Amino acid sequence: MSLKVVKKQKEQVQQVTGSDILIDALTEQNVEFVFGYPGGAVLPIYDALYRKKASFQHILTRHEQGAIHAAESYARITGKPGVVLATSGPGATNLVTGIADAMIDSLPLVILTGQVAKGVIGTDAFQEADVIGITTPITKYNYQVNKIEDLPKIIKEAFYIATTGRPGPVVIDIPKNISQELSEPIKVEKNVKVHLQGYQPTIFPNPLQVVKLLESLKHAKKPVVLAGAGVLFAEASCELKQFAEKYQLPVTNTLLGLGSFPGDHPLFLGMAGMHGTYAANMALTECDLLINIGARFDDRLTGNVEHFAPNAKVAHIDIDPAEISKNVDTEIPLVGDAKEVLKLLLKHETETPDHSEWNYHLNQYKKEKPLWYEKPKEHLSPQWLVQQIFEITKGDAIVTTDVGQHQMWAAQYYQFKKPNRWVTSGGLGTMGFGLPAAIGAQLAAPNDTVVSLLGDGGFQMTLQELAVIRERNLPVKVIILNNQALGMVRQWQETFYEKRISESVFSYNPDFIKLAESYGIPGVLIEDERSARNKLEQVFHTDGPIVVDCHIAQSECVNPMVAPGKGLHEMIGVEKE
Amino acid sequence: MRRIITATVQNRSGVLNRVTGMLTKRQFNIESITVGESEKEGISKMTFVIDVADHLKVEQLTKQLNKQIDVIKVQDITDKAHVVRELALIKVSASRQHQAEIQSLILPFRATIIDVSKDSLVVEVTGKPEKINALIELLKSYGIKEITRTGITAFLRGYQPQVSEMNTISI
Repeated sequence: MSLKVVKKQKEQVQQVTGSDILIDALTEQNVEFVFGYPGGAVLPIYDALYRKKASFQHILTRHEQGAIHAAESYARITGKPGVVLATSGPGATNLVTGIADAMIDSLPLVILTGQVAKGVIGTDAFQEADVIGITTPITKYNYQVNKIEDLPKIIKEAFYIATTGRPGPVVIDIPKNISQELSEPIKVEKNVKVHLQGYQPTIFPNPLQVVKLLESLKHAKKPVVLAGAGVLFAEASCELKQFAEKYQLPVTNTLLGLGSFPGDHPLFLGMAGMHGTYAANMALTECDLLINIGARFDDRLTGNVEHFAPNAKVAHIDIDPAEISKNVDTEIPLVGDAKEVLKLLLKHETETPDHSEWNYHLNQYKKEKPLWYEKPKEHLSPQWLVQQIFEITKGDAIVTTDVGQHQMWAAQYYQFKKPNRWVTSGGLGTMGFGLPAAIGAQLAAPNDTVVSLLGDGGFQMTLQELAVIRERNLPVKVIILNNQALGMVRQWQETFYEKRISESVFSYNPDFIKLAESYGIPGVLIEDERSARNKLEQVFHTDGPIVVDCHIAQSECVNPMVAPGKGLHEMIGVEKE
Repeated sequence: MRRIITATVQNRSGVLNRVTGMLTKRQFNIESITVGESEKEGISKMTFVIDVADHLKVEQLTKQLNKQIDVIKVQDITDKAHVVRELALIKVSASRQHQAEIQSLILPFRATIIDVSKDSLVVEVTGKPEKINALIELLKSYGIKEITRTGITAFLRGYQPQVSEMNTISI
């Protein structure tokens, strides 16, 4: 009798697998895309994807690194977490570069990795790697799922941790026994907020510090604002513009902050740092009040910190308290969300000295020492090419890049007017980032023009993702600034290693046009300036993807430059020699 | 300078790894770490002794610890009234005839002999690290075979005299 009852109960509730629970939990989080690559330990998850017709699309890349860079780019543009799925062992280790990249650039990712079944963890099983151990230093947090009941809660927490406070990557390692275990359907309550005792990001700053900053502003004769990616994450561009205009504050950007302030605004000084403008770097050197909003004083920005903003009182707005005084001594710490801090600052009225003389002074720098380049006689100028792309796309395109010279030229000569149009690997400096990033960008913004500006070095690190671009017919304009070299490495060898050009020039490159064609993508070769503009215009009139191979001068260097170990005021290559 | 930092943490797998990994990554020199359960279930207490260059580094350290998701509270108790204890086991070579001598020697340290064999004995001592160092020095003349120390665990005293607030950072 009793047996029958149990059986009846079992029949009533339909059993589902851990993978079904996982997919439901992802759906609950309104996931649009999962970038992934299948393998043994995630077979149950892929089976559930097949059976369930999930609410999100799975984007099958050709390498796990492609998946994670695409997810990073999606996160950068939408502000929503990028979701990645890979198998255990090599699948997970192939993600490592992307996880580190997302960590240092504060991109919200939720990364699901398969793991061997619990019973064999620790036995060096097939495709086993200690993913928790490997990813601990490069994640905001990580989980290994031990019980199927924990799965929905972990997913919810992971999304919360990844997206709140200072965003970052969260890894969830899912042993195969969990993803295939049968259970009654489990969900977490929709309206219950995540509460983690040890994790409560500060959103609103200490009001005393707000007063202190306004007080300093009252006395500052030479104030300057340094705006970083924190402004973009906080969606505070409008407030930043209002703040700068209200007090007539000149604004400079970090590499990752580009687009947070209109690139064509009269108060904009251009990018600061190693390859920044003279005006921006001198403003940082000469200022008496430096207001850093959402930048982390990276060494490529500050140059030698001994000489950085030597006369300035430093105010630092950051959501991560650990960034305050990490690299540069800070007198006015404002821990909080950039938008909220700026809103508070805008609420108050403060009489400030007239900054017109200071702004005039900086404008003279802009006029007298602008970015410059000389067109090489026989070869295409890469800077000129970037300017053409900027003009043709009217500065509205989303630009993704790899790392190196072309990245710096894009940052210098593509004036970003709007936020979230610039997708580049800043902190980690990951070659191979740009092409998969274009996939994430185009999926995030299907109606926008996406330019993937690459070097021939970086392109060859992840070019297999052309297959995804073709498969999905993503109208990405892939533009390779091809100098047959690792340009930045070559430049440093020329400048700092007495021209000993060691292993930085490719003696062989494939025919990128034919390569593109083999992927079913048309290719265009640009070799000379005469035809370049026309060809580029045609490229942007083409529907669908296209690869443009631009043969540029190998000898070109990125100028100006702050040499390593030097202060921002000691720039070289500011003017033509 | 040497700092004693205590942290209250969620007792989750990997928390020790995450914390020590961060300390290694950021090049903090750890002298000792102790971890154990606290009065609350699921919550552990950690005590670190760390050698740092200056106050800015201490600030960085406490902030980086606080940033960890599983870390609930961090305190630098070095300059506050605190109690500190460490336990050491010291195996001393000693024949029978020296036992009584050692016994009386360790008495002022409130140490006890917890194991005796033919040619050695084990002394257990609890106290501040300096006291343990002093006892070890004293026992060296007999020949020390082995030492194991737990590293310190520490607490704020219940009563805190008014001290300067130089270590509190307002944000």
